[in-house]
Amino acid sequence: MFLLDIKRIIRSGVLNFYRNGIVSLASTLVLWVTLSVVLGILFFQAVLTNSLEQVREKVDITVYFVPDASEEKILEFKDIIQKLPEVESASYISADIALAQFKERKKDDELTLQALEEIGENPLGGSINIKARDTTQYEAIANSLSPESELVKSNENIIYNINYNKNKSIIDRLNNIIVSARALGVALTLVLTIISVIITFNTIRLTIFISKEEIGVMRLVGANSRYVTGPFMVEGMICGIMAAFLAMASFYPVSVWLSNKMTDFLGVDMLEYYVSHFIPLLIIVLVFGIVLGAISSALAVRKYLSK
Amino acid sequence: MINFQDVSKIYPKDSPALLDINLKIKSGEFVSIVGHSGAGKTTLLKLILAEDKPTKGRVLFEDVDIHKLSRGSLLKLRKRIGMVFQDFKLLSSKTAYENIAFAMEAVGKTDDEIYTDVPHVLDLVDLSDKMDSFPSQMSGGERQRLAIARAIINQPEVIIADEPTGNLDPINTYEVVQILKKINDLGTTVILTTHNRGVVESIGKRVITMEGGRIVRDDKDGKYLI
Repeated sequence: MFLLDIKRIIRSGVLNFYRNGIVSLASTLVLWVTLSVVLGILFFQAVLTNSLEQVREKVDITVYFVPDASEEKILEFKDIIQKLPEVESASYISADIALAQFKERKKDDELTLQALEEIGENPLGGSINIKARDTTQYEAIANSLSPESELVKSNENIIYNINYNKNKSIIDRLNNIIVSARALGVALTLVLTIISVIITFNTIRLTIFISKEEIGVMRLVGANSRYVTGPFMVEGMICGIMAAFLAMASFYPVSVWLSNKMTDFLGVDMLEYYVSHFIPLLIIVLVFGIVLGAISSALAVRKYLSK
Repeated sequence: MINFQDVSKIYPKDSPALLDINLKIKSGEFVSIVGHSGAGKTTLLKLILAEDKPTKGRVLFEDVDIHKLSRGSLLKLRKRIGMVFQDFKLLSSKTAYENIAFAMEAVGKTDDEIYTDVPHVLDLVDLSDKMDSFPSQMSGGERQRLAIARAIINQPEVIIADEPTGNLDPINTYEVVQILKKINDLGTTVILTTHNRGVVESIGKRVITMEGGRIVRDDKDGKYLI
């Protein structure tokens, strides 16, 4: 009986969607706008996450060693650092690589290169570049590397300098930016989602208002609440499915345009993002569209069921 | 079958719609209720359907007080009553066939029963050729015949017809009355409200006359006297 009811409800919903052509189209278009907002937010989040990741990549702590520090000692130090729970990676740059990198950076600075030539030997020491798992953890790593720490005291003779204090204000500012950007992203997502849900709900409510008389008649002939509400929910779900595919299709040219014109500015190739995330994006808008269509319809019909 | 015991219905601001109604309708009867607008005819029907509650008294359907039934029991009771309205109350987005099928689906009939019974009842009201038409594509008389077909499809024990001929021309009125008589001949109780003297006299059965919320006359032989 339950399956028979479900079959009839689905058939009735599909027929209603087809027969109420213009009204169904209006609901689908409003849902399409809502789902486009959702997709836009997802794209914005992708750009934001990528930008934050890129900035984060540029922050590190570097421990510089004196030029005559032995490589063995430096690697021992690196092993200890790498075991700290906050450390994601610690990479060793030898004195020779540091010199090569320095020369490359200063290749147009004849005076500096000449001075280097006159010194005769490599004046640079090796260094260890430390990346934290999270930008908030640099402080903890810096504490492990403070002049009072056991680790630094026992290696005092080989450590030349630790650059954390110079970077501290940048790291703090970056942390603030990341926290604010995330909060802004969440707030924007919430506000836009709420606005679009309200608009969709009201549009669907208006379309169901047209059927107010029909709902009353269905009740008069003895149909229970589920049997009255079901077809409207199916209709809402079909609108959601159509709108989801429409939104995905309309974001393809948007992605192509963003890819061609804005990749350098955004730091992300949006076409690549669209293609590689097609299935998860489709699932998100499908679920959002179906749930929004069904719930809006159910709530709108409920208003007339009690009358 | 239906028994009104000292029933009064007073709407707010002391506006009486029914006063001290005592009325018994037996199974298989054809009862016409006549009276001017505001005489209380529609309120009487609303109390039978439990769409409204009496201010005083009881309305019994086979010895059960309708207004003390739970929501579920009330739905079951309503499935035993078929209704026909002046404004048809058809589902405009469904075809004639689907309008009747919907009423059957609502009470849980199987697809096989629907395939068999719907064409049969449409034939009974002479609408076989309108099976796939929408109400907007049908005349007033055809719509009312469709509404009657929907009302009888689940074989109710009572048909309540509230001014079913109010919007119809004389020919369609005659056809609708003939159908209601046929339904009554098959054993279904029919309660009809009307303004139409010709309708009442052509039926020639029990007539209840109402005035100012009271029953002022109850004739067994079909006289319309106002």
